[in-house]
Amino acid sequence: MTREVMTANKAVAEAARLAKPQVIPVYPITPQTTISEYLAQYVADKKIDANYVKVESEHSAISAAVGASSAGVRVFTATSSQGLMLMHEILFAAAGMRTPFVLADANRAISAPLNIWNDQQDSIAQRDAGWLQIYVENAQEALDTTLMAYKVSENSDVLLPSMVCLDGFILTHTVEPVEIPDQETVDKFLPPYVPEHAYLDPKDPMSIGNLADPDYYLEARHDMQIAMENSIEVIEKTCNEFAEIFGRKYGLIDAYKTEDAEIIFVAMGSICSTIRVIVNQLREQGEKVGLLKIRAYRPFPVEAITEVVKNCEKLAIVDKNISFGIGGALYADMKAKIDKETYGFIAGLGGRDITPEAILEMYEKTKNPVKEVTWIGLKEE
Amino acid sequence: MDIPDKNLLSPGHRGCAGCGASIAVKLALNALGENTVAISATGCLEVMTTPYPETAWEVPFIHVAFENSGAVASGVEAALRIQGKNDVNVVAFGGDGGTVDIGLQSLSGAMERGHNLTYICYDNEAYMNTGIQRSGATPFGATTTTSPQGINSFGEDKPKKDMPMIMAAHGIPYVATASVAYPEDFVNKVKKAASINGASYIHLQQPCTTGWGFDASRTIEMGRLAVETGSWILYEIENGKFNITFTPEERKPVIKYLSQQKRFRHLQEEEITKIQKYVDAQCEELGL
Amino acid sequence: MVTVGCVIKTPGSSKRNKTGSWRTFKPVLDKEKCIDCNNCIIFCPDSSVNKQHEIDYDYCKGCGICAHECPSDAIEMVKE
Repeated sequence: MTREVMTANKAVAEAARLAKPQVIPVYPITPQTTISEYLAQYVADKKIDANYVKVESEHSAISAAVGASSAGVRVFTATSSQGLMLMHEILFAAAGMRTPFVLADANRAISAPLNIWNDQQDSIAQRDAGWLQIYVENAQEALDTTLMAYKVSENSDVLLPSMVCLDGFILTHTVEPVEIPDQETVDKFLPPYVPEHAYLDPKDPMSIGNLADPDYYLEARHDMQIAMENSIEVIEKTCNEFAEIFGRKYGLIDAYKTEDAEIIFVAMGSICSTIRVIVNQLREQGEKVGLLKIRAYRPFPVEAITEVVKNCEKLAIVDKNISFGIGGALYADMKAKIDKETYGFIAGLGGRDITPEAILEMYEKTKNPVKEVTWIGLKEE
Repeated sequence: MDIPDKNLLSPGHRGCAGCGASIAVKLALNALGENTVAISATGCLEVMTTPYPETAWEVPFIHVAFENSGAVASGVEAALRIQGKNDVNVVAFGGDGGTVDIGLQSLSGAMERGHNLTYICYDNEAYMNTGIQRSGATPFGATTTTSPQGINSFGEDKPKKDMPMIMAAHGIPYVATASVAYPEDFVNKVKKAASINGASYIHLQQPCTTGWGFDASRTIEMGRLAVETGSWILYEIENGKFNITFTPEERKPVIKYLSQQKRFRHLQEEEITKIQKYVDAQCEELGL
Repeated sequence: MVTVGCVIKTPGSSKRNKTGSWRTFKPVLDKEKCIDCNNCIIFCPDSSVNKQHEIDYDYCKGCGICAHECPSDAIEMVKE
């Protein structure tokens, strides 16, 4: 184990190196680019024994990833924003074909207007693709989650690809100390990928990616729902195993000072760090407030969330995305699954800073609500 | 020509009676042998060979989408090679739509990167799987459901995209045209393409009974007429060296080819003359 | 129940689908006239002519390519 100061992009690249993928099809895009650069250098320096496929687009990156995974190897790729949108069609194919590879998404806003800064609209727009989506708060969590994602995805009860979502720039381009586990320990945690459900081998021919008519399609999609449900337990189990080996404990969610909280913030990604500071500040003023960090957005861990929020009065949901006409996606999911007085806040789109004052404003507007969904930080005319 | 004991494309597939694509894929697979992995773009071939739970493929097969068979093949190739499976043939199939139109970018990337694979375009000159819509490979004058003949239209008004030459411009070691009507020539090219270490491309013309409008028994005859009239020229470009692989004894007028197909039957003297001039120019350019 | 990802693990399983039922005309070979050119084998879209030039009527769709491409007129298309 070593300790180094690095960006979350470097942490993700380090995790990818430790996971020993054999094919890495990747295409550069801000703010993911440095991941593609680190990996190219690792392959050039023989730090990873992989074929780095210099594809001509994200569409081909994900297509080559599906091909390579189907040919029986561990695969890593990464993208962001427009790149993820270009992958959209094949994200569904990857999940439907049950190719268990890992993609890191450096969360960035979607055009138009063109914007390279952070929000989570890109990955949220892919939530129905059949991928597991885990949102991380810092560089260490990005590294650890990437390693765990392989173990979860490759589990025979799951066999769905995973998307590790890290906030663009806020995490991808800021540095913090990160513990890098050593290879032998990682190898023990994450053995080589041995596919049983699908592989392309002339010694045992099979057809992959077939046509399924109305007699079979419904069952195929239902199997994916079951796999997603199975992943809840597999994620918990994997987190426990990871904690035993590496000493860092994660879960589907992370609850902070929620036991006696009357109002609970619910959020994903790096903004949780800011909210935690505000929670402490409000607690000092005697306010009963807590934070529920959602790590697993897909699968959506309804039971775990219900347990945490059961005694609170109100929920304040922070969304760095917007589903026009309804509100944030997390807000909509919470309203659908959790029976609580719930208020949604749209904030931080296109990299607009979510300040401590903005969090306090959300708290105030949950305590004394005027409307269900409020945009925070809009400039006055 | 060697006749194999076992066909690697099995019967029972849902191709139309007289389907030229089935003949081409059968010949290609039999030439490559069992140590082969096949990739297909969405299209007639994929749909007719893999309705779950039945597959016509006797070799490993993968399909992902319409426009990405070049990229999928790249991933498959990269994965096989890193596992040390260097002797496995990787062959990708795409129709003309999946190759010259929607799949062009992904194919261009695969060729430019020089993956050790063979891409075979089975060109039936329109989107046949969806019901005969024009593609970039539809020839001048052909009526299709999206380039229909009418008072104000004689059908497709642009010549066919010159895909083999676009591929040749990538500087890959082997590019060839082929026809399902010349199986020996095609099989030789498939074998040559597979033997070359690097990316290779074969553009095969494949008459389509349904889309072109001729009796199912005449698939091969139509392919032969295309070549005999110079409407389709058989050549190869090996390491930059161009070579015609079949020269008809006497080039027949294009009308002999056009008049046999429903898609051209509406053409007037003016268009036929234009097509003849175009074919003459092509033949002259390529030295046929 | 479907397999994971609808993968088909039985190569050549399309043989379960007997496309011979599509046929309205059937090719009949006169072995006397056959010159062993193998055109019928090479050009069959349904891999339904074996090395001995026997036609597999379970799958032959009756397209007639074999008869049309036979240089010695050894194959006749007969109405079913």
